[in-house]
Amino acid sequence: MTRADVRKTYKLYLGGAFPRSESGRSYAVEDAKGRFWAHASRASRKDARDAVVAARKAFDGWSGRTAYNRGQVVYRVAEVLESRRDQFEAELRTAEGITTSRARTYVDAAVDRLVWYAGWSDKLAQVVGGANPVSGPYLNHSAPEPTGVVAVVAPAGPLLGLVSVVAPVIATGNTCVVIASQPHPLTAITLAEVMATSDVPGGVVNVLTGPQDEIAPWLASHMDVNAIDLTGVEDPEAARNLEIAAADNLKRVRRPAAEDWLATPGLDRMTDFLETKTVWHPMGL
Amino acid sequence: MATFEYAPAPESRSAVTLRASYGLFVNGEFVDGRGTPFTTTDPATEEVLAEVAEADERDVDDAVKAARRAHTRVWSRMSGSERGKYLFRIARLVQERAREIAVLETLDNGKPIKEARDVDVPTAAAHFFYYAGWADKLEHAGLGTSPASLGVAGQVIPWNFPFLMLAWKVAPALAAGNTVVLKPAETTPLTALLFAEICQQADLPPGVVNIVTGAGATGHAVVAHDDVDKVAFTGSTEVGKAIARSVAGTGKKVTLELGGKAANIVYDDAPVDQAVEGIVDGIFFNQGHVCCAGSRLLVQESVAEEVLERLKRRMATLRVGDPLDKNTDVGAINSPEQLGRIQELVGVGEAEGAERWSVPCELPAKGSWFAPTLFTGVSQAHRIAREEIFGPVLSVLTFRTPQEAVAKANNTPYGLSAGVWSDKGSRILWTAARLRAGVVWSNTFNKFDPASPFGGYQESGYGREGGRHGLAPYLKGSER
Repeated sequence: MTRADVRKTYKLYLGGAFPRSESGRSYAVEDAKGRFWAHASRASRKDARDAVVAARKAFDGWSGRTAYNRGQVVYRVAEVLESRRDQFEAELRTAEGITTSRARTYVDAAVDRLVWYAGWSDKLAQVVGGANPVSGPYLNHSAPEPTGVVAVVAPAGPLLGLVSVVAPVIATGNTCVVIASQPHPLTAITLAEVMATSDVPGGVVNVLTGPQDEIAPWLASHMDVNAIDLTGVEDPEAARNLEIAAADNLKRVRRPAAEDWLATPGLDRMTDFLETKTVWHPMGL
Repeated sequence: MATFEYAPAPESRSAVTLRASYGLFVNGEFVDGRGTPFTTTDPATEEVLAEVAEADERDVDDAVKAARRAHTRVWSRMSGSERGKYLFRIARLVQERAREIAVLETLDNGKPIKEARDVDVPTAAAHFFYYAGWADKLEHAGLGTSPASLGVAGQVIPWNFPFLMLAWKVAPALAAGNTVVLKPAETTPLTALLFAEICQQADLPPGVVNIVTGAGATGHAVVAHDDVDKVAFTGSTEVGKAIARSVAGTGKKVTLELGGKAANIVYDDAPVDQAVEGIVDGIFFNQGHVCCAGSRLLVQESVAEEVLERLKRRMATLRVGDPLDKNTDVGAINSPEQLGRIQELVGVGEAEGAERWSVPCELPAKGSWFAPTLFTGVSQAHRIAREEIFGPVLSVLTFRTPQEAVAKANNTPYGLSAGVWSDKGSRILWTAARLRAGVVWSNTFNKFDPASPFGGYQESGYGREGGRHGLAPYLKGSER
């Protein structure tokens, strides 16, 4: 007799825990062949607000860690992801119907992307900050700091795009609330399991699954969100409306643009969510 | 105590020749505006200084077209070293005409001549010098290997530092190869128009700098123009939000330098006399018309009484009056409207139960004036502790522990600047690291330098001006 498999219940990832949506809703996710695969939680406005609360609560601790330590944690995510390559390859094949070698390329790239950003965490301050040679007896220097809680609308696709938008945000000390790709939410939750077992403190990354147009406006207008990454918003009119909503508290906005996820990124996904703090101090006897 | 009066020491107005009326500066020429001309006055005397043209949408369109042509045909094609030479020329011309600019600024703005002369104009010249040197080094700015200009920059500047803000905006824009359409504030357009003359004297190619005068409608026409690639605005948070909404979905790059409600934290081990000077400079410099003004004094409870006593004693020596007098510390409020806003918020402060103390001084009978004022017994919920007054009004709060100081300092939607006063280095660094503000002055306040990035967190806006960081918003292919 064949064994009945134990299927996974995919939930949200909020504050380091995996709750169902408070609304009790879910939606059916199909595999690449259009067959029912599993249900994903359909996050509500309340879930989005809870996620912001969790991200805010985690911010002081995460941003207060040394850059070295944050780099270690992001590297640890890469380690754990590497150890679960087979699982991710299988999920990508199911989700997208791609070949094993193609799936492997994406998983490899996702792991490598995490390693790349892990190494940036303790170098960025030297590259984008520095001493300012002012005309006077002052020690004056500028250094980058995380902007705070970042709402991220992840791009379509299950893994690489998601890793590419989340890693830069957290490597630099921000915390985030991520809206996963609506058609491909399940791998995002599996990735959340990786985060949860990789020394990423609860609340640093929060993953919501569900309809983007239902959740994103609440994050864009949320007064305790400092920045929004609209990468995954494909409808220009929706992007414009989210940008307008973001103006209410002058969120930093990253606008959608076509990106090649396999290419080596620049610094802008990090610097877009950093503030520059300049400190002056007199020098003299 | 015997006091000796200062003899009057007025700066001569003869350095300035005012014209009866001023046009717009478009494509290298002064032209008439199609809007309704308005007048600009000396806020200290209510004297009408000149009539100024109002640019309507068609005028703004002309200016943008001129800027586009100049960008495509001349400025973006010119080598960086050539562009830099024009900026050096401008810097020199600003120095050569420094006295004239300073007097005109004081007349039009109401600020003390010593501030215009010793701070605004030299710092403006320094900005042109600083960015002149970047023009031929952009690929070394750490902003990507092939940074390119954006195109036409639409820039809107405020009335508190009219000439200095012009320099902050124009110098990096031109160094990066952009051309500009700049709108100065309605109440202080004259030094921008003098700058137009400087552009002519520098033989700057026509259309590289265009200046359109007017009020909010003109500014809106500039930032909303379809063919503007980059919007730079310094001014109120309210207008900044409106601009952020209007550029949504357009792909325009935008930087916003907005309001602030800076905390100036004085610990019990601070050098008190120096701190008092810093507090005074922080809030009474430029009549408090400073977005990064230290308008919330957070003083440690154990020294609050002593600090306040010395602060009041020092405030009583501030000389309020004729801005052209070289001994004047506090000049005129920029406009009757601004005076009204200050009076309204001060009234609210009193009504909400804070205790007001104003310097007992005689104010001139004519013009807009407000005596340096402080409020004690202020709580965090009071409007005078939350809203930007943009006038010579200080709210004093106390704290007991460093943690409390930081929590109170950060309890604001703004995040432009902050001050910390302590003799203990490690305490200063601990505090500076926790303050959510773009500029932190430790044991000093209100220091500016073209090499030093300036800009805010949160609702104080985004982007930085000054330094290497000030180039990024004017370049594409750039990473900050």
